[in-house]
Amino acid sequence: MNRVVITGLGVVTPLGNSASELSAALKAGRSAIGPVTQIANPDLGPKVGAEVRGFDPLAHFPENKLSLLDRSSQMALVAARDAVKQSGLDFKSNGLGLRSACIIGTGVGGMTTLDDNFQNLYGKGARRVHPFTIPKMMINAPGAHITMEHGIQGPSFTVASACASANHAMGVAFQMLRSGAIQAAVTGGAECVFTYGTLKGWEALRVMAPDTCRPFSKDRRGMVLGEGAAMFVLEERGAAQARGAEILGEIIGFGMSSDASDIVLPSAEGAARAIASCLEDARIRPDAVQYVNAHGTGTAANDSTETKALHTVFGEHAKKLMVSSTKSMHGHALGGAAAIELAATIAALRDGFVPPTANYNEPDPQCDLDYVPNEARDAKAEVAISNSFAFGGHNAVIAVRR
Amino acid sequence: MAGLESDVIEIIAKQVNRDPATVKRDDRLADLDIQSLDVAEIIFAIEEKFDIEVPYNANDTSAAGINFDTVGDVADGIAKLVAKKK
Repeated sequence: MNRVVITGLGVVTPLGNSASELSAALKAGRSAIGPVTQIANPDLGPKVGAEVRGFDPLAHFPENKLSLLDRSSQMALVAARDAVKQSGLDFKSNGLGLRSACIIGTGVGGMTTLDDNFQNLYGKGARRVHPFTIPKMMINAPGAHITMEHGIQGPSFTVASACASANHAMGVAFQMLRSGAIQAAVTGGAECVFTYGTLKGWEALRVMAPDTCRPFSKDRRGMVLGEGAAMFVLEERGAAQARGAEILGEIIGFGMSSDASDIVLPSAEGAARAIASCLEDARIRPDAVQYVNAHGTGTAANDSTETKALHTVFGEHAKKLMVSSTKSMHGHALGGAAAIELAATIAALRDGFVPPTANYNEPDPQCDLDYVPNEARDAKAEVAISNSFAFGGHNAVIAVRR
Repeated sequence: MAGLESDVIEIIAKQVNRDPATVKRDDRLADLDIQSLDVAEIIFAIEEKFDIEVPYNANDTSAAGINFDTVGDVADGIAKLVAKKK
């Protein structure tokens, strides 16, 4: 089996629009959660979010191309551009593109496009929508644009498993590389859902925090939405070494499971099966893991369930794990979340620290692990896992080594 | 009050697919097998019915100032919110 390494990483996140900015913000424990600026309607319930700042589409795309690019596609393209540039790969030469894949995770598709066009139709009495409404909003658009820009002509598809989408996408890309089915992959996730309609939907579910996201803290009040994209270039380790590419990290395992129980409530048993399956796939013992980038949404249900799952899989070693939810800083980017969190994990392993769980106030007896509260910790972790547990009971866990 | 209580009972009964006549004020929501998603839907129906806002958060059930223990507790809490609106 081939070993699979990361040779390119690009991000557009609320914590910064480059890997170094992301790393610096995580290390500083800076939360990007604040009042939502993209929605003016005062009837909005959840008034806080983690938005991408300083992202000017015109700095990246000619104006006449933007009518085809939803905000999620724009961010996906910019992140992929940075990742490919860093990797040094040229998919358009020597037929590399023919042997490469583009597998992207996103949860709901082009919500800003849908919201804008339907608002014109239903709210403003417009008789027609923009001719690109469909190709702009379709959930596979971000991935499709990446294949076109870079000439990736092998397998390409989009994975939708709600909040686990990006982990499923990256995990499948990892498996395809490990098996030798492809030579390189661009993979990751993107999501942009700051629209009035989407946020009203989340508000109605009664799970949103009114102030900020406090994962694992006894006074947590729910989730806070985020947005953004993170993209990776993956390739076989020997090939990357042979061409002298800088190796940012190695993906060593991937595990999946389904709760098959409830559409929104998480299951500790299902989560534990995904984590255990990931460790088995990576052929590592539980005590080899030092850091867990938790799903950690800040809801009452997730954080206690996830803690229970970690106890189940890690046993005595659970107490020695450093566990943090970086959603406390970059919010929950739904289908793109796992990619941003893998970027955070890679940044942490490379830069020798563990990101904190920000906004942490008080211990909860049901959440009794080391959540690295509020301040990043200097630590040379070798192996980390990143958890994603989605609505629908889709669980996906990825393991990486420095 | 009696009207409001029977409206609330009707909404709760419908949520768990029961005859409203079999749902009593002292019934505990847990005993009616009402899950957290059911509560969200019940509150939505109540908000629509009485044109009020119920500040309910599944992560902090006390935020709404309503006790979600029994059917009567819910009806009393909603009555307060309706009275406040008037």
